[in-house]
Amino acid sequence: MGLLVIRPGLLTTVQDLGRWGHQHRGVPVSGAMDTTSHRLANCLVGNPASSATLEVTVTGVELVFDAPTVFAVAGADFELSLDDVPVAMNHRFAAGAKQTLRFGSRLAGARAYLAFAGGVDVPEVLGSRSTHVASGMGGLAGRALRAGDRLAVGVSPEQQLKRTQRTNGLTPLPSEGVRVRVLEGPDTDVFSEGEMARLCSTRYRVTPESNRMGYRLDGHRLARSNPDDPLSSGIPNGSVQVPTSGEPIVLLADRQTVGGYPRIATVISADLPVVGQLMVSHWIEFETCSYETARRALVALEQSLIA
Amino acid sequence: MPEWFLSRVGDAGLVVSSARQVMDPIVNARVLRMADEIRRGDGAGIRDVVESYCAVTVHFDPLGTDLDQLMSELGEVMAEEERVWESASEVPVASPRLVTVPVHYGGSHGPDLAVVAEQVGCTEADVIDLHASETYRVYMLGFLPGFAYMGSLSPRLDLPRLAKPRVEVPRGSVGIAGRQTGVYPMPAPGGWNLIGQTALRPFDLRREAPFLFRTGDAVRFEPVLGTLGTTG
Repeated sequence: MGLLVIRPGLLTTVQDLGRWGHQHRGVPVSGAMDTTSHRLANCLVGNPASSATLEVTVTGVELVFDAPTVFAVAGADFELSLDDVPVAMNHRFAAGAKQTLRFGSRLAGARAYLAFAGGVDVPEVLGSRSTHVASGMGGLAGRALRAGDRLAVGVSPEQQLKRTQRTNGLTPLPSEGVRVRVLEGPDTDVFSEGEMARLCSTRYRVTPESNRMGYRLDGHRLARSNPDDPLSSGIPNGSVQVPTSGEPIVLLADRQTVGGYPRIATVISADLPVVGQLMVSHWIEFETCSYETARRALVALEQSLIA
Repeated sequence: MPEWFLSRVGDAGLVVSSARQVMDPIVNARVLRMADEIRRGDGAGIRDVVESYCAVTVHFDPLGTDLDQLMSELGEVMAEEERVWESASEVPVASPRLVTVPVHYGGSHGPDLAVVAEQVGCTEADVIDLHASETYRVYMLGFLPGFAYMGSLSPRLDLPRLAKPRVEVPRGSVGIAGRQTGVYPMPAPGGWNLIGQTALRPFDLRREAPFLFRTGDAVRFEPVLGTLGTTG
């Protein structure tokens, strides 16, 4: 079982929930930017959350199935068709052999997740199928898909599906921007007084120098009271780091494992998926929250996934 | 002020850090010992344990982890480290593995060697001698899979990174920046001053042990004559 890529789209990569356990060897985690939509797509076709999907960025793909294949698309809202018959987002479909799945116009969001029952079957590298393009690791030969690529699909798990469709996706798709919650620190004290408040009262813009490693933001330049950079240490997903220019960068899935710029705040786990749906020139605003709020938001997100 | 403190970093991270932000072999050896201890523990919910110069970052699954229990386990690791440290008449430092890296210095293998020599006011041979006479410690890995940050480079070779980073540094390039040296495991953009190149691969998935360097390793660079073979 497999498929042939006719049109690869702008940046389509194989992703799962990330390559954990090797960051102390310098191996970046990578994985889906919008893990909620990745998981939803997997769920709709009966896969475990860890199965590999295709992360489709901004412009869609076109592919032909070799054999009957069950698929679903979640995340960024695209017009989809199977042999020119429209099909819906967030909905399980069975494609026949030689049928063509085509992504048309993108209506909202940045990243869609295309799951196949059985998962994208590329070899696991250090325990994950995620593609990290900068180091050429994982996925299909460590790179984005190209026209003419063939991808294998794994054996579909035999099981009764709880649900095969949803009216809506789970990750909000921002039309112009989004407000996300952050936890302060860890390096808040490196910044001048009041800069944490300025971070949270500024409307930043996502610049074109943004990718899966992180989003460079344009807006108020954060001033430091201590010019010395801390020594490099591990960086969580969603860290808001501030290089010498003062303009913050939100570090995301493909971030390096360690970094030496001070970090003023960290986006909460529950709000990372929506960050993955932002487009260049969209705005982003930050607001601080408590650890308890962060935890409750994540529990609520988890419940919406299993509901 | 206590030597070590535990703090949260986002909702999926905890960090044990030293009160002293230093590149110091003893502090780093203690960091590594605690990181190993954390890895040996029960580890429920832990996704990654990342040691760096003077901190251990623990990444965990925020839904699959009992945070109170994890924090108390990390507290115990810190307390045990303090106990061992205070009671030991001799500092219990594990004897490091020695990794020797053969290097082709200068020429096309080290395009910045001449500039480095000029900037620090000595000959190319002096730069090679200064770089190759030191035994370095791997303080941490990062930047790229298998990239080891090693120190301490001679203060005489302490130079800033290139003003304009290269778009692509070749695999095996040996670079220096500040008081550090390192080997590029794969072609990548980079801003370190390149003084040589090795045929060794710091990261190779075809090997049983894909990573050449580990935190805590001792590393020496050995000048070799001639140029890299085509297989390098």
